[in-house]
Amino acid sequence: MHKNQEKALIFEMSKPGRVGYNLPELDVPEVEVASLLPKHLIRETPAELPEVSELQLVRHYTELSRRNHGVDNGFYPLGSCTMKYNPKINEDIARYPGFAQTHPYQPEETVQGALELLYNLQEELAEITGMDKVTLQPAAGAAGEWTGLMMIRAYHESRGEGHRTKVIVPNSAHGTNPASAAVAGLDTVTIPSNERGLVDIQALRDAVGSDTAALMLTNPNTLGLFEEDIVEMAQIVHEAGGLLYYDGANANAILGIARPGDMGFDVVHLNLHKTFTGPHGGGGPGAGPVGVKKVLEPFLPTPIVEKKEDGTFYWDSNRPQSIGRVKGYNGNFGILVRAYSYIRTMGPEGLLQVSQNAVLNANYMMRRLATAYHLPFDQVCKHEFVLSGVIQKKLGVRTLDIAKRLLDFGYHPPTIYFPLIVDECLMIEPTETETKETLDEFIDAMLQIARECEETPELVQEAPHTTVVKRLDEATAARKPILRYQPQA
Amino acid sequence: MKYRYLPQTDQDKREMLETLGISSIEELFSDIPEEVRFKGALQIPEALSEPELVKYFTGLSNKNVNFSTHVNFLGAGVYQHYTPSTVNHMLLRGEFFTAYTPYQPEISQGELQAIFEFQTMVCELTGMEVANSSMYDGATSLAEAAMMAAGHTGKKRVIVSRAVHPEARGVLKTYAYGQNVELVEVGINSDGVTDPQALEALINDSTAAVIVQYPNFFGNVEDLSAIESIAHGNGALLITSSNPLALGVLEAPGKLGADIVVGDMQPFGIPASFGGPHCGYFATTTKLMRKMPGRIVGQTKDENGKRGFVLTLQAREQHIRREKATSNICSNQALLALAASITMTALGKQGVQEMAMMNLQKAHYAKQALQAKGLEVVFASPFFNEFAVKLSKPVAEVNKNLLAAGIIGGYDLGLDYPEFADHMLLAVTELRTKEEIDQLAQELEAITRA
Repeated sequence: MHKNQEKALIFEMSKPGRVGYNLPELDVPEVEVASLLPKHLIRETPAELPEVSELQLVRHYTELSRRNHGVDNGFYPLGSCTMKYNPKINEDIARYPGFAQTHPYQPEETVQGALELLYNLQEELAEITGMDKVTLQPAAGAAGEWTGLMMIRAYHESRGEGHRTKVIVPNSAHGTNPASAAVAGLDTVTIPSNERGLVDIQALRDAVGSDTAALMLTNPNTLGLFEEDIVEMAQIVHEAGGLLYYDGANANAILGIARPGDMGFDVVHLNLHKTFTGPHGGGGPGAGPVGVKKVLEPFLPTPIVEKKEDGTFYWDSNRPQSIGRVKGYNGNFGILVRAYSYIRTMGPEGLLQVSQNAVLNANYMMRRLATAYHLPFDQVCKHEFVLSGVIQKKLGVRTLDIAKRLLDFGYHPPTIYFPLIVDECLMIEPTETETKETLDEFIDAMLQIARECEETPELVQEAPHTTVVKRLDEATAARKPILRYQPQA
Repeated sequence: MKYRYLPQTDQDKREMLETLGISSIEELFSDIPEEVRFKGALQIPEALSEPELVKYFTGLSNKNVNFSTHVNFLGAGVYQHYTPSTVNHMLLRGEFFTAYTPYQPEISQGELQAIFEFQTMVCELTGMEVANSSMYDGATSLAEAAMMAAGHTGKKRVIVSRAVHPEARGVLKTYAYGQNVELVEVGINSDGVTDPQALEALINDSTAAVIVQYPNFFGNVEDLSAIESIAHGNGALLITSSNPLALGVLEAPGKLGADIVVGDMQPFGIPASFGGPHCGYFATTTKLMRKMPGRIVGQTKDENGKRGFVLTLQAREQHIRREKATSNICSNQALLALAASITMTALGKQGVQEMAMMNLQKAHYAKQALQAKGLEVVFASPFFNEFAVKLSKPVAEVNKNLLAAGIIGGYDLGLDYPEFADHMLLAVTELRTKEEIDQLAQELEAITRA
């Protein structure tokens, strides 16, 4: 297909009579459907699903894949998303029949291998984060946040302190933090960052009180900076009777270097699809395990895998103070398998090197890019950093334009316009799996774009020039939504 | 030790440190206070080479009884179905599985178009007007639907049928507690379906929604028309949770008046995988579109008038609304939505009907085969591919014996419904042969008579 042609929808390729499947003949006596189901509940009009041959199907999805950029295609420095390499071996392992072809309701004695895997993962994530106990149930980071906050709420209520409903978040927090607080029935109090991009300690002191449920923090924060005053912050929150929540979206910076549990955090969630290589899948699935300190253990969601004295494993659902179920069945098991495969591949020394190299890569890029872009917080960063496009903005080029121009170089752009506290923000996370050559090539492209902003700004403003579609009209898409295919009348 | 995922050589590191004007990586961590630095090594097992890794995980996998070692009659929300080979081949294309949320539409048209097609297929199956790009699973999708109904109607009372999947009700309970929504359960009658009289008695004008499962947890087909008139007659929304495969033969909930239809796409090409990852779906009406949680893809045009796709209606979402959000979902189950799309494409218009019909026929054959062996089928209601039998022995004991005969037996209903102790829920999909069904009947007869 020529690149400039519109790609047909699968429905537009459909022709009555074509099939892409093959089922056996029915081997039981066929009974009239009308004798099995009441007439008004029998489907009248079949669903208009595609009718294509197997090769048409393969070409269609192959062509769609060619219109998509993944880590396998090229550099993907999307800040806070940790777009590292997704090992192929993990995909193989997750598909082993003993994992992929098992039913969640099989008797425990028939799934000891799966339970052993989950138990080991719980234990090892607890060690990595410095927590006492881990639940693997939450399906993604946001689900982990909500689970953690529900436990915090249950903890306060169990102590007769149900009036503790305020969750303090810095203004650099991920948008999910306040949203998760809202759906856990808690209120958000936003506190400012100081001129160094860190939590303003005085603002935190002023914010805590008898209504404080928790402080929710990413460390390193979304600017890629380590909250150096974390010990004091923990003390302030704990003395006020609140708990500390660690948003593990940025855990890739600290493996084997510093543990949230040792920093004073009471609850941690991890994004296994980020730090532990579960593939991002075009938007998911994720997995958001949550680790807690002893005081919160009774409130963990059900079920949890436990080990008997004889070395066998079982589901513990008998947890009277539990917040209950947060997801169906056993979490996103297939992603847990991939993450565990990764942890066993890297071991303690490997995980440490992951974070060391992630931080080295980020600092190297930050230093070199600071020659052409504004660096709002000039200090060592952790696994990611933010730049500001204010210099280019004065030339009439916006950060959005710079991002779109990067598409012409074959890169996925960084996260843009987040965190909200930096004007024309670019948030760059290279990850540890990229070579120095890749970093250098990307830096060269960014420096070239900076020059273009001065010399030929329209080249950047009108980008991208090489993609299958140009910039899309998002305003009309939202104003007059077309959310499904409708056959032409 | 060499790590194949870590490419920086000693020389690379030296050059990078030189650029930074420092002499060791350690200096990059000088901002972490000494008292919180982790000393020593993490107490986790040492790294495994690739061959060792394969051996270790093969060992774990081999400890598990699975669908390739045994004949499976377990369902209860997770089913073993035919998956065309094409699904896995397409899913494993790195362009799909190593991408993230399509924030940059110009280089994400493949994923965006695939989701747009998925949304269309969900609408077609459910008979609804709009659908989102996926939720975590059927259980969380149901809970989100209830929260959306409460938010939309401004009413804080939700009625859920006891014939809705127990785990979905469990998740719903947790969500409801979080958002201060009152949950009321409506019982079932002797036919194993939601009791309409009890529903009439419980519903009032402060009820936001009525939730039923269609077909329900026992496999029985609820009379949606009857429930619809009760719900709407009292100003409540009707939420149904549906096995999407069943909609190949059952009338679409949208046609029967449902306001929100949710469920799990697992039957379409998604492995049981010990319970996840599966793929929740969420469909509703145009009227409620702007209240829908999750990511939505819309069609638009580029600067040259060419068709393209973008994430749209983002004003609903957590990253914009922050503390005013009514849902916090961010990452979803996009890759599994793709798996379901590819499967629905492979099966197509004919295959979905044929496969649904095979489930219906084989399950009814199984019912007769069991009855012929003297087993008691509990409910007289119409059903899809699952039904309950009453046994003379505890289900766990029967399942142990079935396992010895190479069969994964059914679900123990007594775990969730005390009144159904010794009741087994059996699922019969298109993959079960007549021979396997006959063997199940024989074994069950022998075990329960012994």
